[in-house]
Amino acid sequence: MPSTNTIIEIIYLVAAALFILSLKWMSSPTTARHGVWAGELGMLLAVGGTLLHHGIVDYRWIAIGLVLGSIIGVPLGMVQMTAVPQRTALSHAFGALCVTLVGTSEFYLRAPNVPRFMMAVLSMEVILGSLTFTGSLMAAGKLEEFLPQRPITYKSQNLVNLSVLAVAIGVAAYLVIHPERTALFPVILGVPLLFGVLMIVPIGGADMPTVISLLNSYAGLSAAAMGFVLDSKLLIIAGALDGASGFILSVNMSKAMNRSFSNVLFGAFGQEQAAVAGGKETRAVRSATPEEAAAILAAANKVVIVPGYGMAVAQAQHKVRELYDALTKRGVDVKFGIHPVAGRMPGHMNVLLAEADIPYDKLLDMDEINGEFPQTDVALVIGANDVTNPAARTDPSSPIFGMPILDVDKARTVMVIKRGMSAGFAGIDNPLFYLDKTLMLFGDAKGFAGDIVRELGGGHG
Amino acid sequence: MSGDLLTSLYVFMLAAFIGFEVIRRVSPLLHTPLMSLTNALDAIAVVGAIILVGDHKSRLATILGTVAIVAATSNVVGGFLITDRMLKMFKSSRPQKP
Repeated sequence: MPSTNTIIEIIYLVAAALFILSLKWMSSPTTARHGVWAGELGMLLAVGGTLLHHGIVDYRWIAIGLVLGSIIGVPLGMVQMTAVPQRTALSHAFGALCVTLVGTSEFYLRAPNVPRFMMAVLSMEVILGSLTFTGSLMAAGKLEEFLPQRPITYKSQNLVNLSVLAVAIGVAAYLVIHPERTALFPVILGVPLLFGVLMIVPIGGADMPTVISLLNSYAGLSAAAMGFVLDSKLLIIAGALDGASGFILSVNMSKAMNRSFSNVLFGAFGQEQAAVAGGKETRAVRSATPEEAAAILAAANKVVIVPGYGMAVAQAQHKVRELYDALTKRGVDVKFGIHPVAGRMPGHMNVLLAEADIPYDKLLDMDEINGEFPQTDVALVIGANDVTNPAARTDPSSPIFGMPILDVDKARTVMVIKRGMSAGFAGIDNPLFYLDKTLMLFGDAKGFAGDIVRELGGGHG
Repeated sequence: MSGDLLTSLYVFMLAAFIGFEVIRRVSPLLHTPLMSLTNALDAIAVVGAIILVGDHKSRLATILGTVAIVAATSNVVGGFLITDRMLKMFKSSRPQKP
């Protein structure tokens, strides 16, 4: 008869396998929901198995924690799809909080006789956990617009930030050598909390996809470190998977913004506020009314819609879906071209469009859609700007030169729904707007899309 | 370095490689649900918090551990819930196989 501990370990092994399967099934939308079920089953097994643990003498607080957590978790799972980025940031904060608190307790339970390797991973756990906690709270605050979205920068910001981080790492190194100096422990807890705040201060909205991915990676690594402290292979595996996932996403995002990877790793993604080329010339643009836009769209064979964060802000995704329906009904081939950093987190646009019932096989990423623009009659840009800026391809002096963009300027006609002629997030003028083939559709994304739909419906029946 | 730690490092290394290989294959279409799913899985840290609280070794550990259970459980419940809600919305325009 195997001991309870062996049974628990076997349950953990099964749970780890289910977690890996869960991520494997995420590879395609057809199997993805199985992935969620595998994850849920794994989690249920792991938590259930843990409750069998011999060491547990008191279940009261465990029960209170589980119930309270579930009560908080349900509303967090039911938020609007537009609020998903801030919800995700908040959940990174919660995950990091859990890891930090457990790490702190483990230190005080073991102090002053903490073995060196243990102290090293414990420091890593606590430092990563606490900087992810405040960093994610700051990110959530910026996304929810509790805090100003614009980047706040000051002189030698990177130097200040790196020095703060260096203090935490230095003290951690000292603690590894002298773990009996327990009075120093609060330093490796408190200083990274400060660093987390400082790290997000210079971050603007358009950098959020990279930052959220990076925080995701940190949260995973801190959980893996906790796995080392508790000697839990399951936690090491889950943390490594999460860390790898966040890492891959942040590399993707930094590539899509043409930032170097070290730039991302050290959190130095605050905009290099390139002085916007002074003396803005007022060049002529061609604008069009909803009637004209509808007529051009109705005559097209192939239309590619390029959505950006502006579509999310205007909550225009449902009107866009009506536009999609109206055009599809007329036999127009409509697809969506989605830039990796469109929106505020990886995959943000896909979720909003899927919520509006647009079939996922019409949502194409940048590499898939770029070859199709030359055969496209109309590229309709809704609330996107910098990711369509041809200067990234052609103008070496542009701050975004080299950034991969959606080649909307290769379509026969370009239409841009935009409130006014203001520059995009990066403060860069977009030559796309002044092309002869470009029609500016001035107005609110939701309202303008609605007007086009009405014209399409009314005009020809 | 004890054998146990070395084994743990091996586990970490292998899991990281598996993670890279598996997640590289996830379509960019699903990157948002991927993030909420990994976040829910990451909340397996709740297991550590449960043992900490159950052991009842010190008052500090019990208080911090209980807060940790609350934080992680809300990630488990909320994370799986929203991931499933998102994935339900992804529909194909091609007829579904029966």
